[in-house]
Amino acid sequence: MALIAAAPAARAELELTLNFPVAVGGPITAIIDEYAKTYSEQTEGVTILPVYTGSYQDTITRTVTAFKGGNPPDMAVLLAVDTFTLYDEDMIVAISDLAQSDEEKAWLASFYPAFLENGSIDGQLWGVPFQRSTPVLYWNKEAFAAAGLDPEVPPATWEEQVEFGKQLTLKDSAGNVTQYGVQIPTSGFPYWLFQGLTTQNDVILMNQDGNEVNFDDPKVVEALEYLVALSKEHGVMAPDIIEWGTTPQDFFQGRTAMMWTTTGNLTNVRNNAPFEFGVAMLPAHVRRGAPTGGGNLFILHSDPEREQASLDFIRWLTTPENQADWSIKTGYVATSPAAWETPAMQEYASEFPPATVARDQLEFAVAELSTHENQRVTKVFNDGLQAAITGAAEPAAALATAQEEAMRILAPYR
Amino acid sequence: MDRRLLTTLYAWLLVLPAMVLLVAFTHYPTVATFWASFFSTARGRRPANFLGLDHYRRMITDDPVFLQVVWNNFLYALVTIPLSIGIALLMALWVNERLAGRGFLRMAYFTPTVLPMVAAANIWLFFYTPGFGLLNQIIALFGGPEVNFLGSPETALWSVMAVSVWKEAGFFMIFYLAALQSIPPSLKEAAKLEGASDFHFVRRIVLPLLMPTTLFVLVNAVIGAFRVVDHIVAMTGGGPSNASSLLLFYIYETGFKFWDTSYAAALTVVLLAVLITVSVLQVTVLDKRIHYR
Repeated sequence: MALIAAAPAARAELELTLNFPVAVGGPITAIIDEYAKTYSEQTEGVTILPVYTGSYQDTITRTVTAFKGGNPPDMAVLLAVDTFTLYDEDMIVAISDLAQSDEEKAWLASFYPAFLENGSIDGQLWGVPFQRSTPVLYWNKEAFAAAGLDPEVPPATWEEQVEFGKQLTLKDSAGNVTQYGVQIPTSGFPYWLFQGLTTQNDVILMNQDGNEVNFDDPKVVEALEYLVALSKEHGVMAPDIIEWGTTPQDFFQGRTAMMWTTTGNLTNVRNNAPFEFGVAMLPAHVRRGAPTGGGNLFILHSDPEREQASLDFIRWLTTPENQADWSIKTGYVATSPAAWETPAMQEYASEFPPATVARDQLEFAVAELSTHENQRVTKVFNDGLQAAITGAAEPAAALATAQEEAMRILAPYR
Repeated sequence: MDRRLLTTLYAWLLVLPAMVLLVAFTHYPTVATFWASFFSTARGRRPANFLGLDHYRRMITDDPVFLQVVWNNFLYALVTIPLSIGIALLMALWVNERLAGRGFLRMAYFTPTVLPMVAAANIWLFFYTPGFGLLNQIIALFGGPEVNFLGSPETALWSVMAVSVWKEAGFFMIFYLAALQSIPPSLKEAAKLEGASDFHFVRRIVLPLLMPTTLFVLVNAVIGAFRVVDHIVAMTGGGPSNASSLLLFYIYETGFKFWDTSYAAALTVVLLAVLITVSVLQVTVLDKRIHYR
């Protein structure tokens, strides 16, 4: 019996592991489990084993450690900005090397170009966009109406943001602010939203090779001065560091009438805001602009058979239909125009128009700040931004220090 | 002769399991860390090379964050250790008395210790939140201005210190309570007969008898001040601009966020040196002044 059962299996069952950055037990795990199950059932000889590895930070820690220990997963979803880190550790396979057939090349060309920028090094593509997002502006329509503003018109420029903000900022009899005009969170990784401001001021923070940064450019200083002035000069934003985690809560409770945060919060806001809200592109200045964000799918070095099988799974996972399904269920931005053409996505977009704002903003989006030694360089930049925001240093001085330190860190890569 | 050899062998065999564990998980990593601190970090695309003392030079001349976290950590130790030991002692003296609801009070004081640090930090995160956080609601009740406890560099470190004191004091109280209960009641009676005041009794009899406990608690508190960073991770991430970052948190960042494992090794050597120095000082200097029964 055993012999007969074993005989037809010409090749061994391939078990491919996928490190996925989400805490165990959330609604996301159910979705990923479903994808893995469906694919494993319809593909002979391949089983996908998702491993849930906590936050992005936990996931890269586990993936790098596992790699150094000689037991890496086959695939991982990691921040697109960590591509340089994975490349420098020689952990990942170039997707563009694996994808050689015409069909595969057409697949790679199908994504929004803005989402491919962070995955490209040396003219090769190293990551496939999957769990991607971009920051947008959410506004409270009821608060706008109460302040005498048109509830359907969000601020379109930096000046309007300040002007609207002043009308929206309310104080109690003791002079304490009860409602701020706008909130741009600055804890942990302030650089991301700040990059919205720099892009709008028409300046790019790093070069394509990821070994030079541009932190002390006068236009970057100007953008930081604007951010600092929002609280220090105009009083339309709370002073000091604003927590990312509590920002949606502040919005729900009417502590702020507008907030900048990721599209990843769309479903959360939709379910929890006790008032009518709107979603808009970030206000423009010299130009419109925002960074992209979120995670890419990476394939780690193993043997050609496993790498090819991983690529096949990733291609399946990013078919227009699956992208649409993923986007509708999570709020992440579907990463190719074809996904937005699917019937499911069209229906979703007409039923919930805010979902399309992020897509429309992609036209103006740039690569997220990413360099060699990425986390260290980003940290230096974050420290500079926080020093200016808390008033510990002047914007120009804080950015000059960050520039000097970042260039020192990047010196070995030039 | 044979017998002695056998006894020696027997002794070595007895300590062997402990030896193996100690060498594998304590001594070997310590030596390896020390050794690694002299090299640059190997990346997949560039091998490690010998740097000598460069990492140590870099700490002093080229790394303002290191100097800041060391200063933060000393301040943290200097404030939280005496405060949590002082409060622990007061609480222990208080709940050692015969009073109504003593068991409940002891439990209440000890509860923070039972909570995992991350859970405690999350509770305090809510207390500190600007606007709708508990502390700000209390301040608003008295018409005070809003304070962004964790978001401004002036208050961030003090805010995490408060959590640490709140959490540690109950733990130390248990040791003091145990020590207090081992003091024979006859001493108290004798002191009363001699007409000593309560204050005099505590100062001249209780405190000296508690000294061995104090040394033990002190050693633990110092190690804790340099070792526990869970609340930093959960509450501030070291921010704003490293204002609440501590040495171990910086080592974690360097090792597991920047992947500069050899610089992290050099930082670890510094941490080890500090801890060893402080512990040796405590045990040698203080030990002579302690009365053991």
